[in-house]
Amino acid sequence: MSTKLEQIVKEATVEVEAVNKKENRPLYKKREPIFPKRAVGQFRRLKWLIMIVTLSIYYLVPFIRWDRGPGAPDQAVLIDFPGNRFYFFFIELWPQEVYYITGILIVAGLVLFFFTSLFGRVWCGYACPQTVWTDLFIAVERWIEGDRNARIKLHRHKWDFEKIWKYTLKHTIWLIIGMATGGAWVFYFADAPTLLVDLFTLQADITAYSFVALLTFTTYTLGGLSREQVCIYMCPWPRIQAAMMDEDSLQVTYRKDRGEPRGRAKKSEDHKAFGDCIDCKQCVVVCPMGIDIRDGAQLECINCALCIDACDGIMDKMGTARGLIGYDTDANMARRLKGIPQKFSLLRMRTIFYAVAIFAVCAFMVYLLASRSPLDLNVLRDRNPIFVKLSDGSIRNGYTVKILNKERAPQQFLVTVTGLDFKEIKINDIENVGPAPIVDVKSDNLRSVHLFLSANAQELETSSEPITITITNKETGYSVSNDTVFIGPNK
Amino acid sequence: MAGNPRKDEISGVDTTGHEWDGIEELNNPLPRWWLWVLYASVIWSIGYWIAMPAWPGISDYTRGMLGYSQRQTVMDELAEVKAGRADIEAKIVASSLEDIAKNPNLNQYALAAGQAAFGDNCAACHGSGAQGAKGYPNLNDDHWLWGGSLEDIHYTINYGIRSTHDETRFNDMTAFLADEILEKQEISDVAEYVLSLSGTSSDSEAAQRGLPLFEDNCVACHETGGVGNREMGAPNLSDKLWLFGGDKKTVVQSISYGRKGVMPTWEARLDPVTIKALSIYVHSLGGGE
Repeated sequence: MSTKLEQIVKEATVEVEAVNKKENRPLYKKREPIFPKRAVGQFRRLKWLIMIVTLSIYYLVPFIRWDRGPGAPDQAVLIDFPGNRFYFFFIELWPQEVYYITGILIVAGLVLFFFTSLFGRVWCGYACPQTVWTDLFIAVERWIEGDRNARIKLHRHKWDFEKIWKYTLKHTIWLIIGMATGGAWVFYFADAPTLLVDLFTLQADITAYSFVALLTFTTYTLGGLSREQVCIYMCPWPRIQAAMMDEDSLQVTYRKDRGEPRGRAKKSEDHKAFGDCIDCKQCVVVCPMGIDIRDGAQLECINCALCIDACDGIMDKMGTARGLIGYDTDANMARRLKGIPQKFSLLRMRTIFYAVAIFAVCAFMVYLLASRSPLDLNVLRDRNPIFVKLSDGSIRNGYTVKILNKERAPQQFLVTVTGLDFKEIKINDIENVGPAPIVDVKSDNLRSVHLFLSANAQELETSSEPITITITNKETGYSVSNDTVFIGPNK
Repeated sequence: MAGNPRKDEISGVDTTGHEWDGIEELNNPLPRWWLWVLYASVIWSIGYWIAMPAWPGISDYTRGMLGYSQRQTVMDELAEVKAGRADIEAKIVASSLEDIAKNPNLNQYALAAGQAAFGDNCAACHGSGAQGAKGYPNLNDDHWLWGGSLEDIHYTINYGIRSTHDETRFNDMTAFLADEILEKQEISDVAEYVLSLSGTSSDSEAAQRGLPLFEDNCVACHETGGVGNREMGAPNLSDKLWLFGGDKKTVVQSISYGRKGVMPTWEARLDPVTIKALSIYVHSLGGGE
């Protein structure tokens, strides 16, 4: 080994043990703080970019405006609890249409499974809010206290003025980030610009402040204090995701076939006896989870890829090829050990299944959304009494008819009933207009009216006759029907 | 069961000495968060004893410094609800039944209040769906003994029928057999005639014989053709609805001994708002006139 390289190795090498190594972490052990070193490289840049994009979406989306006409909120994304509506750009959902949200969650789940089976824990590593916020909190910590060694030094230092002000500043900024997180959350539930002003002028509702406080607390605790503990102990996903992965899933992998035996040759030794890993432990010091990637796939590893950046940096300096740590599959590792060429198979039963499932659910959702009715009808038959006999011997049934007008304009609906020759079709309501059963429904509203149908007893061939109640929009002619029955005495 | 604690070789943790069929219990410490929650709960409970009603005594209990009482809270909430209703109830008292029925707000309130009051007070006889029973009128249909307008219904609820109130609705169906006015055979003939009015007689000769008897004895109240008279609460005998039953035996029974159903007066038992609400509700059931 040349002197220059030896110098590099010496500089790079840190004597450290991964604090969250399985053997180092018995049950009931107190959390050991982790001081991740700053990583530099392509994955770090990608993570910064994703952080900026995801946080921007989270903080800015409530401020996007979307004109829906007078009387309707102009916020693009709004969960309006008092008004019982969910607005998402051009989509407007009523509480009974919550299955769309279920559909979105199913698609989100499938997409997560799909990406996990292809690229392993990319969600954990790049997009999970826990990862993003923890990354942000660590960035703040590093900005105030310095990089790894300075932070360790400060941590071990006695409480003096410098330590106090640095820690105070750090926790204050963390709390402010937490508050901003909670602050942005509540904007999704009310008009954001108004609420922003109200929050600062102390005029907002106590609920808003409560949620800001709650999310400040959780963000500060989870992102600032608990960090990797959340992933290791609290999150169910690390346990579940293993079911989506197989030997062809890409994972952040230490290529032990190339790296081992790790270590560096002394002058006297033959450096060919060693692998590419110089055991500098840079991959350990950058790890926010406190593990050693060289121990193989672990539940604690969130696949954040920072060890790839760290290792690539060292490999560049050493003049060896990059990728001692990189995205790789278990199958390829086995192939290389056997001397077979590598192969990446993205098309597998598993990934094809997930892709098809995603496509099917999306297509179904789009179909549902496109064929979504601007009108909804619910008919509830009176059950007490089941029917009423009138003085002329005819039979009367009562129905509660609920009409939902989802349009942003008042509508008139004509009620027609088919299936029997009725003597009388009467809407028993104080605002009933004229003999033709027409119901006015205000814009974006539900109206419930009581409908009485009477028929001659002779009309009924059986004690229960199927009938259909139809409402037709007087203007557009759009109609919706509901099947029910007309019941008379036992035959 | 209890043995001597020993060190477990595999986990390196002491056992408690408890053993069941060879299964031993490790003496692992409790999770720290769990202990914190326990200690916090203990401290909280001491504060709670001081602040809130807690310990029972012989005739009383410790009231707590905050003076909280669940019962008082309920009473306050009820009073608050009542106060919140005062406005609309004053309007109901001041408005005529017609006006209440036409005003969407008052009507909605009256329907809800009426439905609740009906379940509490009227359902025992008239049924939970106001469908009635033998001798208890069905309030959904279009047959009314004393009238089905809002005012009529209101009067009936207020003063009752054959009730103890001075203003009560009252009539007295003669007991033609018991009072020895008609013979059994004559009553049978009248019954056939009455049934023929709604087309259910099976003996037209007897019905013919019953006609003059009906005209002599019944039309004073039930009118010619048996169409009834609401002024007197005389039921329409020519329609398809029967309060006590439309078979021959029941009709004979009605003529022989009369019918004297009683509806209590609610004036002293319900407040005017509730009675108005009940009137609106009963009127809305489908038979209102």
